[in-house]
Amino acid sequence: MRTIKILGTGCAKCKQTEAAVRDVLDKEGIVADVIKVEDIQQIMAYNILSTPAVVVDEVVKIKGKVPSAQEILAALS
Amino acid sequence: MFDWLQSFADWLIYQVIGIGTESRLGVALSFFVYDVLKILILLFLITVLMGIVNAYFPVERLRDFLNKRKLYGLEYFFASFFGAITPFCSCSSVPLFIGFVQGGIPLGVTFAFLITSPLVNEIALAIFLGMFGIKFTLIYAITGILLGMLGGMVLGKLNLERFLSDWVQQLIQNKNKVQEGFESEKAPFLKRLPHITQEAWGIVKSIVLYVIIGIAIGAFMHGYVPENFFEEYLGDGQWWTVPLAVILAVPLYANAAGIIPVIQVMVVKGIPVGTAIAFMMATIGLSIPEGTLLKKVMSMKLIAIFFGTVAFFIILSGFIFNMVFTTL
Repeated sequence: MRTIKILGTGCAKCKQTEAAVRDVLDKEGIVADVIKVEDIQQIMAYNILSTPAVVVDEVVKIKGKVPSAQEILAALS
Repeated sequence: MFDWLQSFADWLIYQVIGIGTESRLGVALSFFVYDVLKILILLFLITVLMGIVNAYFPVERLRDFLNKRKLYGLEYFFASFFGAITPFCSCSSVPLFIGFVQGGIPLGVTFAFLITSPLVNEIALAIFLGMFGIKFTLIYAITGILLGMLGGMVLGKLNLERFLSDWVQQLIQNKNKVQEGFESEKAPFLKRLPHITQEAWGIVKSIVLYVIIGIAIGAFMHGYVPENFFEEYLGDGQWWTVPLAVILAVPLYANAAGIIPVIQVMVVKGIPVGTAIAFMMATIGLSIPEGTLLKKVMSMKLIAIFFGTVAFFIILSGFIFNMVFTTL
């Protein structure tokens, strides 16, 4: 199973991102493990400068913005 | 430039809704519609512009740029300048701070970025432009950038690294493990534009409510607060109004969208420009919620020094504004 991590310190944009990702997974019928990472030390391990970020199987796919449905799909493919 | 918009607002209120041109309510509503539309249009345009700049010059590139070149002091300018044109979300300030420091950028330069980033951003600029005009907006932007530079330089001189949290200090020590550069998107401009406008639209949508509330409060004050009301208490020559405004502003956490329309009315009603701008800068540049975010990476002492330095420069620019604009 794929693991999707949402990195963000808990601001509004990060919550929007999590909701957007879950939405896409539901609609497409994709089963994946969605983990919200809020700890700043863990977040920084991914070497990003801006949150929210979406990490698919330990690869940073999206950072610094709330992604659109297409972007999420692209990140998953 | 916006005459057509005024005509539209007048037409909407006086013709379509049918409120008389003589009534106080009609005049206020027409102003309100005009202001809201004007600011939303400016907001959208400036956000698109910033989005384009940012698409070609992301923070990752700035970090590499600051890190790899010898800039002989100009790095403070670049950090501050790019802080101004980078879209800012306070939730990104901590990752950004660590990312910069970890990438080997001096603490002072990082602070320069952190100071300017919330002060001068696309939202503040668009609303400033809509409410105060171009001259004022430029002065505001330049002051914000200078403030970040000076603040960063002062903080850089103080050798504050020891006040960072332990784990951040460790990160600095083994900083060589990062630095793999960044992968830039290579998509052609026309392909990226729809996405940029989409994002700009998202930003505008997310603050529409604040703009409307801010302008509504402004419009209300316009009609009901007597002319020169503030002047009596806070007017000319009262030097202490500037530090007072800054102190009052720190616990307030308002965004630029809501605060600027209110500030504009205060200026019209007699608050000195410098005092008003100092108040606004302190509201959006120094906030307790931001302080608590920074607590994860800095000791309380460092946060206090950081806030103190920024507050000092905000007060200083308030005095300068008041001196320059006594004639306005």
